[in-house]
Amino acid sequence: MSTTTKVLTGVWIAAVTVAAFTWLPPAQGFRNPESARIVVFHVPCAVLTFIAFMANALYSWKYLRSRNPLADAKANISAELGMLFAVLATVTGSLFAMEQWGSPWNWDPRETSIVMLMLVYAAYFVLRGSVEEKSKRARLSAAYALLAFPAMVFLIWIFPRIVESLHPTNTLFSRTGLDPAYRVTLWGFFAGLVSVYVWMFRLRLRVELAEARLRERRHSELEMEPIGAQP
Amino acid sequence: MSRSSGWAREAQAVFAKDCLLELRTRVALGAVVLFAVTSVVAAGFALAPPSGVAGDVKAALLWVVIFFAAVAGLSRVFVVEEETRTADALRLAVSPVGVFVGKLAFNTVLMWVLCALTVPLYLVLLEAPVVHWGLFVVVTFLGSTALACATTAVAAIVAKASMRGALFGVLSFPVALPPLLVAIHGTKAAWMANAGWRAAIGDIQVLVGFMLVIVPASLLVFEHIWSD
Repeated sequence: MSTTTKVLTGVWIAAVTVAAFTWLPPAQGFRNPESARIVVFHVPCAVLTFIAFMANALYSWKYLRSRNPLADAKANISAELGMLFAVLATVTGSLFAMEQWGSPWNWDPRETSIVMLMLVYAAYFVLRGSVEEKSKRARLSAAYALLAFPAMVFLIWIFPRIVESLHPTNTLFSRTGLDPAYRVTLWGFFAGLVSVYVWMFRLRLRVELAEARLRERRHSELEMEPIGAQP
Repeated sequence: MSRSSGWAREAQAVFAKDCLLELRTRVALGAVVLFAVTSVVAAGFALAPPSGVAGDVKAALLWVVIFFAAVAGLSRVFVVEEETRTADALRLAVSPVGVFVGKLAFNTVLMWVLCALTVPLYLVLLEAPVVHWGLFVVVTFLGSTALACATTAVAAIVAKASMRGALFGVLSFPVALPPLLVAIHGTKAAWMANAGWRAAIGDIQVLVGFMLVIVPASLLVFEHIWSD
């Protein structure tokens, strides 16, 4: 990522944040209209969580087809970023719930499902930790990610709709769901967050690749030492 | 003979082999049923009628017992192949599809036996207020089948990893969660006079839909888990 993009991302996110607090009108129809501004930050985190976990499933599938270790690394990084944004979405949502519903945690279906979602990917990390051999770890965790994927789709799309929820469900993509000012600010923040996501993804990948190179170098150094030559 | 009947025949052979082994040793069945009976008796002690525990709590508890009993025994089908080092022979003799379908059939039957033995005991000991019997049987049947479908591929993963016992519970919980939540919801509906079929029809649809998704998904990835 070029320096210009990074600077632009910083300026963009700062501008959207300022707009969210000054330009954006307080949302009517809420118990506390001023605090509803947090939606602008909360929803993009939730959407990005879903995108990251989708990417995890895609890279897992790619790994199983190609057996390319790079795809495995990318799947792992996607799961990590998904977890990060899930935490952010939970914290912002919890703050908002405290203001609007009177308690930080209500076992609302969406709150339940994001906890379950974090459990799914926590299990994914446990599995990765418990297999020593690299290719085997990649294979098993990719298979598990694809098995967990239907459960994830259920938790995000189906479960909140069959159980009664305080959360709005169809506001994001319907025409009448969102005030235009909110729509612009929300998707503006989303664009900035996507840029941050891509940046973090690339950084993590570079670290991963550097570690792999380091391991390789150590390995070849060990091999170069002549066995039995020393007294 | 066509290809499709080929894997069906293989699956049948694997299933028959596992049943025979189970009848000789009764390890999986013993683990699963004893676990379930122990927890049902413990729950019965604690929550017997005078305690006044609500029906929906009992519905949730029933599925918690069934799920943990399943965790105690369902991984055995694959773990035993790795432990006795027969997995390689099985890999040579039978196609991955045949292995998976055979093992899945065995686990499903194991879940049915588990439910047939412990659910009546649970109903008697905890005096569960079943109103809609037909619905309750359907939900229990579909729920236990869905649990077997969800956890069989996870069992194959676990058999390849270290610290299998602990890992199986951790890994199967997220995958088994959707059918578990829905089965609890449906069981509550069967235990309430004013709920019944109309309240539970969505649950049944989700259970069937979940199986239709998770079994092909398992088949798709199983080949990669199974072959070294």
